[in-house]
Amino acid sequence: MSHDRFEMVVGLEVHVQLKTRTKAFCGCSADFGAPPNVNTCPVCLALPGSLPVLNLHAVELATRAALGLGCTVNPVSVFARKNYFYPDLPKGYQISQFDQPLATGGSVTIASAAGGAEERVGITRVHMEEDAGKSIHDRYPGSTAIDLNRSGVPLIEIVSEPDMRSARAAGEYLRTVKQILQYLDVSDVSMEEGSLRVDANISVRLHGETQLGTKTEVKNMNSFYGVERALESEFERQCALIGTGGKVEQQTLLWDGARETVRPSRTKEGSHDYRYFPEPDLRPLMLDKAWIERMRHELPELPDARRKRLGVDFGIAETEVDQLTVSPALAEYYESVARAAKDGKAAYNWVMGEVQAALRSSGEDIRAFRVRPADLAQLLNLLRDGAISHTAAKRVFSRMAETGKPAAQIAAEEGLLQVGDDAALGVWVDEVLAEHPAEASRFLGGEKKLQGVLVGFVMKKSGGRADPKRVNQLLVSRAG
Amino acid sequence: MTAYTELGAAAIASGVRAREAAPAELVKAAFERARHIGVDKNALNIFLSSDEKASVEEAEEMNERIDSATDLGVLAGVPVAVKDNIATLGLTTSCGSRILEGYVSPYEATAVRRLRAHGAFVIAKTNMDEFAMGSSTENSAFGPAKNPVDVRCVPGGSSGGSAAAVAAGIVRIALGSETGGSVRQPAAFCGVVGVKPTYGRVSRFGLVAFASSLDQIGVLGRTVDDAALALEVIAGFDERDSTTAEADVPLYRMSALGRPVPQALDPDMEATRIGRTPVPLAPPPGPATLEGIVIGKPREYFPADLDPAIRDLCERSFDRLRAMGAVIRDVSLPRTALAIPAYYIIAPAEASSNLARFDGVRYGLRAAADRGLQDMYEQTRSRGFGPEVTRRVLLGTYVLSAGYYDAYYKKAQAVRTLIAADFSDVFASGVHALFTPTAPTTAFRLGAVTDPYEMYLNDIFTATANLAGVPAMSIPIGRVHHLPVGGQVIAAHFDEYNMFRVAYALEASLGAEAHA
Repeated sequence: MSHDRFEMVVGLEVHVQLKTRTKAFCGCSADFGAPPNVNTCPVCLALPGSLPVLNLHAVELATRAALGLGCTVNPVSVFARKNYFYPDLPKGYQISQFDQPLATGGSVTIASAAGGAEERVGITRVHMEEDAGKSIHDRYPGSTAIDLNRSGVPLIEIVSEPDMRSARAAGEYLRTVKQILQYLDVSDVSMEEGSLRVDANISVRLHGETQLGTKTEVKNMNSFYGVERALESEFERQCALIGTGGKVEQQTLLWDGARETVRPSRTKEGSHDYRYFPEPDLRPLMLDKAWIERMRHELPELPDARRKRLGVDFGIAETEVDQLTVSPALAEYYESVARAAKDGKAAYNWVMGEVQAALRSSGEDIRAFRVRPADLAQLLNLLRDGAISHTAAKRVFSRMAETGKPAAQIAAEEGLLQVGDDAALGVWVDEVLAEHPAEASRFLGGEKKLQGVLVGFVMKKSGGRADPKRVNQLLVSRAG
Repeated sequence: MTAYTELGAAAIASGVRAREAAPAELVKAAFERARHIGVDKNALNIFLSSDEKASVEEAEEMNERIDSATDLGVLAGVPVAVKDNIATLGLTTSCGSRILEGYVSPYEATAVRRLRAHGAFVIAKTNMDEFAMGSSTENSAFGPAKNPVDVRCVPGGSSGGSAAAVAAGIVRIALGSETGGSVRQPAAFCGVVGVKPTYGRVSRFGLVAFASSLDQIGVLGRTVDDAALALEVIAGFDERDSTTAEADVPLYRMSALGRPVPQALDPDMEATRIGRTPVPLAPPPGPATLEGIVIGKPREYFPADLDPAIRDLCERSFDRLRAMGAVIRDVSLPRTALAIPAYYIIAPAEASSNLARFDGVRYGLRAAADRGLQDMYEQTRSRGFGPEVTRRVLLGTYVLSAGYYDAYYKKAQAVRTLIAADFSDVFASGVHALFTPTAPTTAFRLGAVTDPYEMYLNDIFTATANLAGVPAMSIPIGRVHHLPVGGQVIAAHFDEYNMFRVAYALEASLGAEAHA
């Protein structure tokens, strides 16, 4: 069934765990993976009489994120209580921000569908809040276990405008936001570890319509791909419903990735009244304007700016730049190699080729990779200067990845430095001509196409060390 | 034998520091007095938990330190009682509620730690209205406390047990807590001194929250000096309570000559250092004089229908204040009448959220329930909370609900701002302190007030100071028949110094008449 008449309208809420050492309102470790309930104290257990104290590092990271997403950071923001009962929410309320959030009015630029212009997605707000604990339903039959290690871990929620018109755009937005947060180094942004979570608001309307349709909220996606699939599935469902004269009901839906379908959530979100009111245990968050400006000033280069600069500085194509800037670590690695080797193109070929292959097979992170950018640049310089052959360079690289030794040392130790002196090369050329009399006489008789074959014989004889350029010259001079 | 509490807390501590009194003997005397007067359930019902053996052992441990050079602190050997909604190690912190029956906190409130750091012993946790909601201590899940002055009467509330423990001569100092008058009103009913400091003056860390923006730990003392000494010890910035002020804490105590007592605190003690540099203030010019002090008499606190006997006692106090050189000026706090309605929206709203943590999941009562999570919540909270707590949680939930928030909570907050402005206006006009009655009545008979709204009107003269955040205290100013009447001194934000100055002077001037 075709739904061409309809347009998808999507807004996303992204929850991101900030990379702090301790929790948002107490001194407990915010680390992931400790045994249940180890990282807890009177504050995050909500024992009677305990009070929250704001983690200033969390404020700093949240501010950096908001600035990186183009938001205006408000000099005064107010924490609020979001009240609801749930066993893994120990206080019976979540400390969040409501009508006076940390930051408002940002935007990001996302890549277009093939051939189109870049698109802008507005960011309504970025606010700070704390995470709840975790309910474990499948561990003890008949009981639910509660792990409060995550209770009180600092989060930001990034709320977008309903600016996306396709599942692809939603996926692109998420990749863009993730990349920005990675560049800002404010979060691990890992959906697997739960440090990035996405809820999607989706509605449909006829093309050309300006009013928004009734939306549903889709939760429980565990990858960006899952978000795209869930949006497509929910779009189909809403279109089919309207197409047959039905009405979309405002509700919360859970994505079932295995069955590729949504189902209504058990809790009736629509009936929730969170009874927000200003958190009396915390003062309004007052940020000095000069401090905000300093934060802005200290922002690292963001993906967009870096992409533009790499293209200009190193003369590589846009698609190549995109590949290199996927993660800040990769981009930084590339840039160091390209700068030291003074050859952007060769650096691109090697980083995306040999380096990526080596990392894939070892599973290492590029930041821990044995071949440091300066070493790779040295190898590229040897290659450019003709000191080693391309084949030899690949062998040297794999030894570098194993040992971490510099390229020149390996090439020397393994006898891979090219032989370029005419006396030595002349001996090999003459031996080859003597060992292959048929080919030799045809070549000397003027059959130029045999030159390549003879060069091959010389290369083989030299164990790859002969400089092929010089060998060619010697053969030509022998043919006189 | 004269009760050891015939001596002031400062004198008791001096005796201990001078090695003239043994801490263990003081603790034993306190328990002896408690037994004599009857503090358990079938008598005054003042204590909810105490452990004589542990307290005596703790005191004996101090006996052993006496011979070393250690400074034992300004409260060395002084037994104190603590309201049961302030976290202590070893004894319960039940808040007078079934839902926390038998609960023992694994950590201690900052105020309690500071008392201990200065040598005091917490000998008992005192009875209170459940979660501090009430004005008579009749809302305790563990039965009402009784007034030692007349056991047929309530001691006031919600800090009724703490006020009664001081009035009964068991301790000189007790901690209470205030949200709308819960220290001052029981102080008035029991004939003792009760202080509610400026909001932010004393750390709330460890005080089980009722209404966080109004709550403040307060002090009950037999005399103004007892209360001033205790407040000096517990006041000051606490990094664990973001709402405490970083302002320095002046010395509140004044000698009989009306001069600040120097060096009340040992600057080397950890608990005294942060934000607590004693600020030297100019000593008052002469013995118990109020020369140059302007005291406001707010007309809204002396309504036409005020009990004439209470009015007369207030007038006598004004005469004394005038005689000591103070200028009495008629003033107005025009928005006073709005305080009770605003208070009974804001306090329940915050309470409905603060009490959400009592859900049966992690600690306290969990009712058996076989129909799932919702059932467990409902059974636990229905059985765990008494009727007044339930009423306020429901009221608070209602006023915060979507569609009602603006009409109630938001409007109440706006009213609160106006009430605070009334106070700042009057203090900005050159008034140093206000003097009013503490409560509209004397202690009433147990069971006499059954209508909740009538009970709420007990807070009519006290809730304003909580809404505005200003410091206020009650001191005994006489009796009507045999029942004590309290007079209230209110000062500007963080101006406890002038509040105490007036209170010291009035107390000295009234002398024995304060209790007659």
